Amino acid sequence: MIETFELSKNFKDFRAVDRVTFTVAPGEIFAMLGPNGAGKTTTVRMLTSILKPTAGWARVAGYDVVAQPTAVRASVGVLTEQHGLYERMKGEEYLDFFARIYDLPPEVRRRRPRQLMEHFGLGDALDKRLGEYSKGMKQKLALVRAMLHDPPVLLLDEPTSAMDPQSAKLVREAIKELRREERTIAITTHNLIEAEDLADHIAVIRQGRIIAHGTFAELSGRFVGAPLMELRLTQHLNGAIDALREMVAIVETGDCWLRYRAPDPALTNPQVIRRLTGAGLDIVTLSEVSRTLEDVYLQIVAEDEGMASHDRSE
Amino acid sequence: MIGLSERIGQDRVPLAEPSGQWGRAAVARTLRNALIVTRREVRDSLRDWRIMAPIFLLTLIFPLLANEMTRVFTGFFEDNGAEDLLPSLLPLMPMIVGFFPVSISLVIALETFVGEKERRSLEPLLSTPLTNTELYLGKSFAAMLPPLLASYSGMAIYMGALILGEQQWRPAPLLVVQIVLLTTSQALMMVTGAVVVSSQTTSTRAANLLASFIIIPMSLLVMLEATIMVQPHRRSLLWVIMVGVLVAVILLVRMGARLFNREELLGRALDQFNLRWIGRTFWRGVRGPAEEAFSLRRWYRLSVFPAARGLRGGAAVVLICVIGAFAGGWIAAGQWRLPLDQFAANDETLLDNLRSWFDLGQDNPHLIVMALVQNARVLLAATLLGVFTFGVMGLVLVAVPFGILGFILAQVTMAGLSPLPFLLAVIPHGTLEVPAIVLAGAAALRLGSVVTRPPADMTASEAWLAAAADVVKVGVGLVLPLLLLAALLEVTLTPRVVEFVLTL
Repeated sequence: MIETFELSKNFKDFRAVDRVTFTVAPGEIFAMLGPNGAGKTTTVRMLTSILKPTAGWARVAGYDVVAQPTAVRASVGVLTEQHGLYERMKGEEYLDFFARIYDLPPEVRRRRPRQLMEHFGLGDALDKRLGEYSKGMKQKLALVRAMLHDPPVLLLDEPTSAMDPQSAKLVREAIKELRREERTIAITTHNLIEAEDLADHIAVIRQGRIIAHGTFAELSGRFVGAPLMELRLTQHLNGAIDALREMVAIVETGDCWLRYRAPDPALTNPQVIRRLTGAGLDIVTLSEVSRTLEDVYLQIVAEDEGMASHDRSE
Repeated sequence: MIGLSERIGQDRVPLAEPSGQWGRAAVARTLRNALIVTRREVRDSLRDWRIMAPIFLLTLIFPLLANEMTRVFTGFFEDNGAEDLLPSLLPLMPMIVGFFPVSISLVIALETFVGEKERRSLEPLLSTPLTNTELYLGKSFAAMLPPLLASYSGMAIYMGALILGEQQWRPAPLLVVQIVLLTTSQALMMVTGAVVVSSQTTSTRAANLLASFIIIPMSLLVMLEATIMVQPHRRSLLWVIMVGVLVAVILLVRMGARLFNREELLGRALDQFNLRWIGRTFWRGVRGPAEEAFSLRRWYRLSVFPAARGLRGGAAVVLICVIGAFAGGWIAAGQWRLPLDQFAANDETLLDNLRSWFDLGQDNPHLIVMALVQNARVLLAATLLGVFTFGVMGLVLVAVPFGILGFILAQVTMAGLSPLPFLLAVIPHGTLEVPAIVLAGAAALRLGSVVTRPPADMTASEAWLAAAADVVKVGVGLVLPLLLLAALLEVTLTPRVVEFVLTL
């Protein structure tokens, strides 16, 4: 479990994180989205008890990040923004070093690194120096390091950056599997597809503040409106369109197609179909226009920029 | 593919927060964790040929060359009938043989602290349950161990070759112990200094630039040691230097351990000089709480007096030093007696001198300003000296006048003269001057030493600026007014009191 309340961090006069409040329950993946310098990494560092909050509080795995830093760090697996590996060490030595730091029993220390490395397809690389690893291999090794002590909470800063699509998919699958094990996972990412694929809850962070927070469905409903439906017919709509206007908000029309907003598609769509078939029109397809997190994110950022410039002008 | 849950199983680590108490178990745990870090770092150093090549050369080749040089020197001195000088000059050689490998500890220390920061490999380490102390110790051991072992090995090879060779010079065991301990203390100083330097930079380039703050004093120290070493009758002074170096090491360890913390290490813009922030933080510290408009009364109540109260600990240290200096002066007077009993001046002469001084003061109120300026200047110098010496030299400057007072008073007493006029020449204005000196000394001590252990909720720079603001607040708000009043008394009242006593 991760809980934060009004968590803030100042660096001298600069406020890097500004009253951030969120909760991540076990078995949930929480994604922090935002541009560089938004405060995501600083938030992760506070959750790891590396940086002390200037104000507010946070509890990770039931431990207070200020009062119980050692317990917090023992409960958290962290994938840092830059993997920061020791290039002269071998994979096996590197993992053994961290296993010793986490005080894992000798038997576990011998077994677990190999198992995890094999899981990520790095079994053969254990004996290689880290300087010889590719970027993707390094990222996977860093992820293994984060999971080495079997932490209940994982904080993953850009978990699939620098990975090839196959490795990224493998890592995403691993993260989903960890969610199934009831671990609490927070990720920061620029990768909107990844956030959409993985996250149960998403927070958009800008200039240290959470400017939007919710599930993908909630955010898209709030920022890009009700689901957009596209209807394609075999012939021209002609007069039927006026009848439809009474039922739904039509957004766009063409010769043989139209798009409308359906706040509750389960209720609206059957009515629309009945009306059109009743009017003798043949429907080819009725489908939801897919909205990506990118659309939602850009809308959120645009609205926040608009509010900020409005505040400045006032 | 087997699921992760099956792979990582049920091996959760028991969680424990260190109690903060330093029991045997806690010390053992700290050392064990520190040594995990040390082992990794040393292994890393051993794999770096840029570190190993000079260590190898300095350990194995350099001592043998030094041995050959010793043979040449010995022959040269003996051929020229100067063999008596050999016992003075030859100890320099093992000192050099020991020092060169140790100097590499600086390179390793900078690499292990700031190099890791630069390569971003520090953050994963900071995310583990290792405490700041464990990390600090582990890295410090790692920076010291290879060069120290190389240094000891180099000296052993040098000495071994001497003992087994044909040369006549055999260093005394105490001298060898002295050289080994000096070398060790120098390594400690360089590593602890490097940690402090590293904590203030984010790149090895900046760290190398700052390393001159270590190399220059170390070079001066080695020159001083060499100068003493060639004078056998003064070699006991080397023990004093060693103690001095160890005191500096303790202060640097204190400072390094405080600076080597996660907050400072991952803090932003360490290499940047943010004048605006410095100015604003300092002014906020001087002004104090700024909810309402400034008023002198509020400033004293909310800013000056609390700052003075915060100096109680420092004031106690200054007071102890002042009393110690006075006692030291008194004791010293027993050893170096002045011929005061042969002093021709009688009370009447003193009285005449005093009257003329008093008249001068009456005619010339500038004397008040002069007394004020003199005292303020000394305290300012003590503050500035304190900044560069962890407060130590500031303390010395404040205490020295009291040592002189003790010395003179003891001389007067031992000469059978009445100490009363002397005491009365000090006490009237001293009642105000001494508290001012103690306060200013405490503020200077804090300004110099606060970086060695800033309060937990502040960074070193914030703590230093707060201490600087306290110096200004206490200096302007209390010390200067007290000194002004003391100067008034010193010029107007004190001579009258002394004159009165002398006419009795």
